[in-house]
Amino acid sequence: MFGSKISDTTTLILFVIVVALIPLLAAPLGAGYPALMQFFAIFGILAIGFNILFGLTGYLSFGHAAFLGVGSYSAVWMFKLLSMNVIPALILSILIAGVFALIIGFVSLRRSGIYFSILTLAFAQMSYKLAYSVLTPITNGETGLQLALDDPRILDSARTSGQLPTPNLFGLDMNATRVVDVLGLEVQLNFGYFFSAAFLVLAFWIAMRIFRSPFGLMLKAVKTNQNRLNYTGVNTRPYTLAAFVISGMYAGLAGGLLACMDPLAGAERMVWTASGEIVLMTILGGAGTLLGPIIGATVIKFAEAKLSKFNEGVVHGWFDFLPDGLADVLTWVVAKFVGDGWHLTLGLVFMLVVTFLPGGLVEGARRIGGYLGRRGQKEDLEQLGSNVQGGKTTAAE
Amino acid sequence: MGILEVQNVNKRFGGLQALDDVNLNVEENTVHAIIGPNGAGKSTLLNCFVGRLTPDTGTVMFDGQSLIGRKPHEINQMGVSRVFQTPEIFTDLTILENVMIPSFAKRDGAFKLSPFAAVKAESAIRDHAEDMLGQVGMLEKRHMVASAMSRGDKRRLEMAMCLAQSPKLLLLDEPTAGMARADTNATIDLLKQIADSRPITFVVIEHDMHVVFSLADRISVLAQGHVIVEDHPSNIKGNPKVREAYLGDAHE
Amino acid sequence: MGDIVLQILNGLDKGSAYALIALGLTLIFGTLGVVNFAHGALFMLGAFVTVTFTNLLSFERVTLSETETTAWGSPLEIREPVLQAWFGDFGLWLIDYSVLVSILVAIPIMFIIGVVMERGLIKHFYSRPHAEQILVTFGLAIVLQEIVRTFYGANSISQSAPDALRGMMDFGVVLGFEPGMVPYPTWRFVYFFFAVVVIGGVFAFLQFTTFGMVVRAGMADRETVGLLGIDIDKRFTFMFGLAATVAGLAGVMYTPILSPNYQLGMDFLVLSFIVVVVGGMGSLPGAVAAGFLLGILQSFASMNEVKEIIPGIDQIIIYLVAVIILLTRPRGLLGRAGVMED
Repeated sequence: MFGSKISDTTTLILFVIVVALIPLLAAPLGAGYPALMQFFAIFGILAIGFNILFGLTGYLSFGHAAFLGVGSYSAVWMFKLLSMNVIPALILSILIAGVFALIIGFVSLRRSGIYFSILTLAFAQMSYKLAYSVLTPITNGETGLQLALDDPRILDSARTSGQLPTPNLFGLDMNATRVVDVLGLEVQLNFGYFFSAAFLVLAFWIAMRIFRSPFGLMLKAVKTNQNRLNYTGVNTRPYTLAAFVISGMYAGLAGGLLACMDPLAGAERMVWTASGEIVLMTILGGAGTLLGPIIGATVIKFAEAKLSKFNEGVVHGWFDFLPDGLADVLTWVVAKFVGDGWHLTLGLVFMLVVTFLPGGLVEGARRIGGYLGRRGQKEDLEQLGSNVQGGKTTAAE
Repeated sequence: MGILEVQNVNKRFGGLQALDDVNLNVEENTVHAIIGPNGAGKSTLLNCFVGRLTPDTGTVMFDGQSLIGRKPHEINQMGVSRVFQTPEIFTDLTILENVMIPSFAKRDGAFKLSPFAAVKAESAIRDHAEDMLGQVGMLEKRHMVASAMSRGDKRRLEMAMCLAQSPKLLLLDEPTAGMARADTNATIDLLKQIADSRPITFVVIEHDMHVVFSLADRISVLAQGHVIVEDHPSNIKGNPKVREAYLGDAHE
Repeated sequence: MGDIVLQILNGLDKGSAYALIALGLTLIFGTLGVVNFAHGALFMLGAFVTVTFTNLLSFERVTLSETETTAWGSPLEIREPVLQAWFGDFGLWLIDYSVLVSILVAIPIMFIIGVVMERGLIKHFYSRPHAEQILVTFGLAIVLQEIVRTFYGANSISQSAPDALRGMMDFGVVLGFEPGMVPYPTWRFVYFFFAVVVIGGVFAFLQFTTFGMVVRAGMADRETVGLLGIDIDKRFTFMFGLAATVAGLAGVMYTPILSPNYQLGMDFLVLSFIVVVVGGMGSLPGAVAAGFLLGILQSFASMNEVKEIIPGIDQIIIYLVAVIILLTRPRGLLGRAGVMED
């Protein structure tokens, strides 16, 4: 990732190790609770998928949240009708999102640039508005789609008792959590997290294969010069459509997993600012790189969970050592950036990244690495130079 | 029977008759130059060959098949490659990748979904691409990112990209535009060497008479959308019609 | 017949707002070549200039009554706007007309905000890809709306029109209908009238002043104008300020129609972008025409008769029109071909 020396296999192994150790690594940061760790994994999948479209082809979709929402609805319906087992639910999520992506992509990809962005935005907004209005029988409108005791659940009606069942994998509950004590640290091992993490690893591996494949090379070529590609005998439309559908299926999987962790689906998951958040994650981490989007998703979800919890009292605590007046002023300022105001921080950081570090955090790390190491490896420097010049990173080597 | 046969092609943009009943016959394995003053319709004609423009009337036959109504990628798959006036390359990718892409397109067709294949494992494609880079003298730069190259190198890269597909017909749109004399001569030598080493047909649009007369086996002179002369180079220079067309434009 | 007129009228106020925002978006895109996702936030800022101004005007001073007491026996607090104390009836009039008066304040404030935005951020993005322009202005939009939220909270703040312009007017009578057939809120009519004046003003400015002519020339071909030795950049900065002002004023006047909250801009941004695309990227008349057209279409789609035939159409009509236009006529209604295709 941060140099051409690490092979893909090594990257993958390291990735698996880090993902497996997240419960341990996140615990000291106060982020080791199931809901947040599940978000890391699920939004990581979402961002990887978005990156296959935006990072490789350069097509900026502003409507990806629609596929996330569709995935969630599909999964909850499967829970209601068929079984609380997550496997059929996830299969349906991916399929339905794929079909949606095929239709929306087929139409939207007839245009490029900002027109493509607007088309995807329009489709997503239509889905969102319809989910709230006409499609209420399917989406349950503003309340959101929920489980009910009298759902048919054809396959596991025997299990139904007085309370709502929970999503499970052949009997293993998604919210089953075991707390272990590691050197005095409470580490929560949540089945839902490991289940999602397994998909994250799978999603990462597939993305890695796509990046390294001739197919991926064609997608990168679409981004840098679509015109040349056409005159080189390549029909770009099926390539972009395939990328769009794969990317939509990733989002569908993420939506399905969200529903597996908490069997509830609401239209607000599809609103266009939710699509914007997916874009933020990918860009923040580094579009077009393999690990960037996952890093971006993790950072944003972590910041959301942490920053939004701080209130003025907490902030004031940080400045206690200062004279009262100064502490008050600092508290007043800093408090604007945390708690409910954490979006302000997010917006500012995002602006700074787009302005000064278009390659995202990964490029930042690479620059620092290059600066510290001064390895002077010719290839690396050339790679880096061109990345900076082009304003965008090429695929991670 | 020529490899490229153009008959009665007309193209009108609003009030402008860009191509006026153009006829052209390009023999296989020759270098055919199309010259003419600015605005004569040379680029319009070229764009009709590659599927960018569709003629209003007339036929364009390549290798016995019509090109009319076909998309650029379809025409390329038939064996027509094109070099642009300003080099069109994949600037974000490495030079080697730039040349591998046309090879993939040649082998896999217009679209192939192969997300699990590995570029690394495609040694035949890579060897072929390296061979092409060797032919244009850029092999040692193959891991450079294309955007970092000089303009002359970009031109040579684009040439290698086209050659990688072993096209039957290579269209060159002012291949020496904006080059210094030394680079121009190098390009002429390169093109000559390419033409001599394999069966390939060139159609060259060019302003530079030095280039045209060094390369061409046959020349068509286009003026105001019309082919006024098509002849052997030695007969072109003295032709009064050509002089007339270039009058007041003599520096071209 | 009266129904149709009413629907057209109902579409006019939304259409006016779309047209005003889309006009500014197009000015910025046409002159600077920048896709500004923060333009909706400017609309929202304008609305909050009014909110702030009204709050300032209605600032009250509290005095304790010397004669009256509350039920608890303590002196009754008398609240009286400072302005009333200072200027008497004129003060009250100012408070009543705060929305209209705030236009005077909003013009310089919005203009300065626009100029600062352009000089501070946008100008660094002229030569960067459109995708990055979208992203950075999207970030800016988030920042602006969050700043407003920290000061004003998340709830909508209602704002009233001046007393005299608050009620309904019987618009049908003007057109020769029976009285009572076409009732229409007076303020919406004011808004429409205001929009027409502003749009007319902008067009006149571009058409009849030398400055405007240079800008129009610059929109058509920036490089050539640059070659003439005209400092086009300064003029473009001014145009950004102007676009911000137009968006801001649209927001100022919209406050009595829709109580503003910090997210107001985002809602209008999406719709305005669609308006711009439908009208034709870079075409000013297109933006205005599409704004009104979509506003009116939306209003018709909300009629019960229409909703019965096509359920949910009122929710999606604008997006649907955008999709159809983009696919059949990518240049939009009045746009030039090939603008921003890549």
